[in-house]
Amino acid sequence: MEKLLEQIKKGTVWAFPGGVHPPQQKTLSNSAQIARLPLPDKLVVPLKQHIGANGKLIVEKGQHVLKGQPLTAPAANWSVPVHAPTSGTITDIAPMPSAHPSALPELSIIIEPDGNDEWCNLNPAINPAKLSHDELVDIIHQAGISGMGGAGFPTYVKADIKQPIEFLIVNAVECEPYITADDVLMREHAKQVVQGIELMQQILNPTLCIVGIEDNKPEAIAAMTQAAEHNANIVIQTVPTVYPSGGEKQLIKLLTNREVPSSGIPADIGILVHNTGTLFAVQQAVYEGKPLIERVITVTGNTIHKPGNVWALLGTEIKHLLDCQGFSPVPQQRVVMGGPMMGFTLPTVRIGVVKTTNCILAPDHKELAEPGPEKACIRCSACADACPASLLPQQLQWFAKSKEYDKLQEHNLFDCIECGACAYVCPSEIPLVQYYRVAKVEIKEQQAEKIKADRAKERFDARKERLEREQEERQNRHKRKPAAKSDDEKQKVADALARVKNKSDNGGEKSAVAAAIARAKAKKQQGEELEPDNTEVAKERALRKEQARKYKEQKSQTDDSGDTAPVDDKKSAVAAAIARAKAKKAAQAQGDQTNTDDANTAAPVDDKKAAVAAAIARAKAKKAAQAQNEQVNTDDADTAAPADDKKAAVAAIARAKAKKAAQAQDEQVNTDDADTAAPVDDKKAAVAAAIARAKAKKAAKAQDEQTNTDDADTTAPVDDKKAAVAAAIARAKAKKAAKAAEQTDQPNEPSINEKSTDNVKSEESQTDSPADNKKAAVAAAIARAKAKKAAKEAQQTEQSIEPNIDESQADNVKPEESQTDSVTDNKKAAVADAITRAKAKKAAKEAQQTQSNEDTEQVTAAEPETPSETSPEQTAAQKKKAAVAAAIARAKAKKLQKEGNDQS
Amino acid sequence: MKLTMASSPHNHSHKSLTRLMLTVIAACIPGLIAQVFFFGTGVLIQLVLALVAVSAFEAAIMLMRKRPVWPALSDGSAWLTGVLLALSIPPLAPWWVIIIGCLFAIVIVKQLYGGLGFNLFNPAMAAYVLLLVSFPVQMTAWLPVSDLINTPIGFVDQLRLIFTDFTASGFSLDQMRTGVDGLTMATPLDTVKTDIAHGLTVTESMQKPLFNEWAGLGWMWVNLGFLAGGLYLLKTKIINWHIPVSFIVSLAICSAIGYIAAPGTEPGTLFHLLSGATMIGAFFIATDPVSAATTNKGRLIYGALIGLLVYLIRTFGGFPDAIAFSVLLINIAVPLIDYYTQPRTYGHGAVK
Repeated sequence: MEKLLEQIKKGTVWAFPGGVHPPQQKTLSNSAQIARLPLPDKLVVPLKQHIGANGKLIVEKGQHVLKGQPLTAPAANWSVPVHAPTSGTITDIAPMPSAHPSALPELSIIIEPDGNDEWCNLNPAINPAKLSHDELVDIIHQAGISGMGGAGFPTYVKADIKQPIEFLIVNAVECEPYITADDVLMREHAKQVVQGIELMQQILNPTLCIVGIEDNKPEAIAAMTQAAEHNANIVIQTVPTVYPSGGEKQLIKLLTNREVPSSGIPADIGILVHNTGTLFAVQQAVYEGKPLIERVITVTGNTIHKPGNVWALLGTEIKHLLDCQGFSPVPQQRVVMGGPMMGFTLPTVRIGVVKTTNCILAPDHKELAEPGPEKACIRCSACADACPASLLPQQLQWFAKSKEYDKLQEHNLFDCIECGACAYVCPSEIPLVQYYRVAKVEIKEQQAEKIKADRAKERFDARKERLEREQEERQNRHKRKPAAKSDDEKQKVADALARVKNKSDNGGEKSAVAAAIARAKAKKQQGEELEPDNTEVAKERALRKEQARKYKEQKSQTDDSGDTAPVDDKKSAVAAAIARAKAKKAAQAQGDQTNTDDANTAAPVDDKKAAVAAAIARAKAKKAAQAQNEQVNTDDADTAAPADDKKAAVAAIARAKAKKAAQAQDEQVNTDDADTAAPVDDKKAAVAAAIARAKAKKAAKAQDEQTNTDDADTTAPVDDKKAAVAAAIARAKAKKAAKAAEQTDQPNEPSINEKSTDNVKSEESQTDSPADNKKAAVAAAIARAKAKKAAKEAQQTEQSIEPNIDESQADNVKPEESQTDSVTDNKKAAVADAITRAKAKKAAKEAQQTQSNEDTEQVTAAEPETPSETSPEQTAAQKKKAAVAAAIARAKAKKLQKEGNDQS
Repeated sequence: MKLTMASSPHNHSHKSLTRLMLTVIAACIPGLIAQVFFFGTGVLIQLVLALVAVSAFEAAIMLMRKRPVWPALSDGSAWLTGVLLALSIPPLAPWWVIIIGCLFAIVIVKQLYGGLGFNLFNPAMAAYVLLLVSFPVQMTAWLPVSDLINTPIGFVDQLRLIFTDFTASGFSLDQMRTGVDGLTMATPLDTVKTDIAHGLTVTESMQKPLFNEWAGLGWMWVNLGFLAGGLYLLKTKIINWHIPVSFIVSLAICSAIGYIAAPGTEPGTLFHLLSGATMIGAFFIATDPVSAATTNKGRLIYGALIGLLVYLIRTFGGFPDAIAFSVLLINIAVPLIDYYTQPRTYGHGAVK
């Protein structure tokens, strides 16, 4: 280590293999001073000029901005702002061709200068040496500085790096022919560049700072040496003129004899590389308070009358630069952004310069001959001899042409830095770099596809397994059915009633309600902690379940025991029968972990509605039992206590719908749903629902339309009909929105659809609210059917690995809706209930998402509201409802327990 | 304004296939001159025949493949093949020998494999081997150097010998090959091999007028000519040093070991290096980039293996010379060699 430092200080420079010596052509442009250009007519400032995310737009069309005023604010990771390059009016904010090889349109701010060039308030640091690390990083961040050498990596990220930095390397090599921007910058502003270096030293505290300059820039070397004289920790190193010595990895090898590990970054070996221009920008930001709004650009080539360097405002169109320097194009003119080796040709000169633009090259055909026809490779290995990364380009091109991706990776294709040295020397004029670029993209696509295929296979396997299991269940059920029939129904009913009575005696309604609420609250808290540690609770529940199962077994054995309870209601008997059937089903579904304590919940109060409620509870319990990995939101429980019987039924329908929606993604189930929904004899509701469903389906199919999610919150239903219509519209819109969102993130497709339809369906419940008690019973039956379906669904949902942003966007719609729905009367409350539950589930999914954004915040913020609205209603509820609530709560508890099992 | 789009890099070194091939052909000139000097102008006749033949075959096959003719022809690779083949066969071999050779080299070995860059084997050497095994009499009928020929043969007679098999005065090639001592002359390598088989020592064999102090008369100069051309190729970086150096070193080491082991029956290092086709093989044949190894490490192995095989075949095999066989044999191993000799890529493996 000591030795290395000594060697570096002595001026030792190592070498990298390969390299070429293309004609320098630097004298064309490096003799004159950096020129100032007249203000252009318009500036096109793309929001994104670096690697990373866009900043958030903080100006609007028509606004007048001052020079240096930020136009965007940093938002997500790696986002740096852009600033107004001069004062003027924003005439438009629209996608414009970008300074990228593809020229893909990029959202840009178009500014018409007012000619005053009036600065906004600048806040230069008074004593830069006193600034803390964080303050400096923040200044760099806010000044919008990103790497100005080529890649455009956000400088603040590099400055804020956590690894210890041993060597800070300043890349002043500028190895590309023609370009002299850094050269002249160092000649004219060596002092500022050195100040920039010292700021970086202040931030990173490296052992040594090495400035690498090619030996073809003697003036720059002299200027920098003089400017850095006072600082012993800055070493100016002269490196031989070889292309590509300015490549980051090559420069590191040259100056420190270290190699950046493949697919690693320089910081991994304690090195950080900054470009000269970047450091100048840092100095300007700290000492002058000026954000990055202009840079030095070399405008050169034989078709330029006055080749030289200019200060160009970011966003200045290439055309302006060319016009100012005098430009007489030749036929089939090429205009290259960057140098002749790695630059890219522009499709149009109506493109604004960006932070990474260091050169505009407009060559004629003599100096840079047009490529000849590609000939066969004769494996002469001139390319391998030129390759600075010691690759075998001749082999790579062979594999690239035959699409042998494995071999390409074996031959380290991804270590190719695309410097173009191989293509430069190739006697067959094979566009090698182009082949590698294409191959790289293809390999990446292939990898992405493979991941997708794997996931699909996983899903398929899971589905197959599930279908097999279901089939088995069905068979088992057939086998057991006779046994069930042999039971004496009446006795069973009696048993159930007795149990219920027992319970109500033991508990008392209030305490039951209170307990339910308490449980629910506890659960919610756990849910909010993201990692519910409810193993203990789960154990408890498991124990209870066990007991319940034993009890049930016992009961079925002692069927002929005397009937103590009066059989006073036929209907209750029917309900109980249904309940038993369900319980059995559930038991089968679970194997030995049976949900036999359904029997408890099945205890029908001698009331129709109670039976219905119980049925709901059971249905839910089953679903929960099948949900394996899903972190179901525990909020469900406290919102689940329905206000009165009717509403319970309504809630059941709502739930059923929500579940149905979950299945809507498969689109096959929809027809069944329609059938089962038909029996609801409130015609209007049924019709409305049907329409809504149809619409929703249609909407789901609409692929390309982009609608705002905001649309959804326009629904404020007044009466049932209207509500139905509104709901239908809202649903359709939400779905559409979800689809639109989904376009950006395809792998997550299914989950999106599910979620969005979920929202929508819960709303539908409003349309069904007029249903009377009878219908409620029917609805309950439907609900059960749905519940089963949903349970299957839940399993499927688990398979979709990543809950995603789009989901949460769809969620957004929901909270707002729910607020409009919170109406004072009980019916509505029930509806709200259903919605809340649906939401809560979604929220649970959401919570899994650790990289949550503002969307999630909204959701979680909305959560607490609804429960608090519903809980007062609960306390006001009658005894019956309390029992129902308890039943529901138990069902939830089971669900939770199941979760607990899965987690433990 | 309409701008032209192109992929980077936008600059080129102006190296071209044509220039590369023509440089190699030019580098053959010293060796060619030596051959003409010692073996007569027959080699020039063969050269012209070969150039015409390869051009015709290449053009024909390109037409059949419905590809443009001139770009393929002008890359010079076919001409180089023709030149190398013409330099390899006996100068007074009948005309149809070189024609068949060119046909085989261009049509079968090169174009049927997909054209330039796709041939597994060195076309000139594959053709040479075909000719050698098919027409052994014609292919071994080397004249002794002009000094030793009983009756020197003029240009017209050489022409007649190539096209009609007889000189104007009705002598056949075999009669013309009779040396001053009235015996038919073979090449030095052949002579030594035969003599050793007859129980003579190398020293005794090399007493013959066919030899000078170190190697075969004339042959030594031909080899030195090709060495000079080869050095020029190295200097212009048309070829890398790896193959010729490892080939020569390997052959030198093998022959040195053999000489030390059996001085009586082994002709020694210098003899091996300056006899037969050693130098043209080292610099012009083995370095054919298409069929040779392409990694530098691989080239060292490739050259060394050829050197070893050349020695083994010359010493123990049935043929006097072995460049063609060795090159073709090692051509087969090239994909394997290339695969296992990838250079260490930047950022991979042992870095301090």
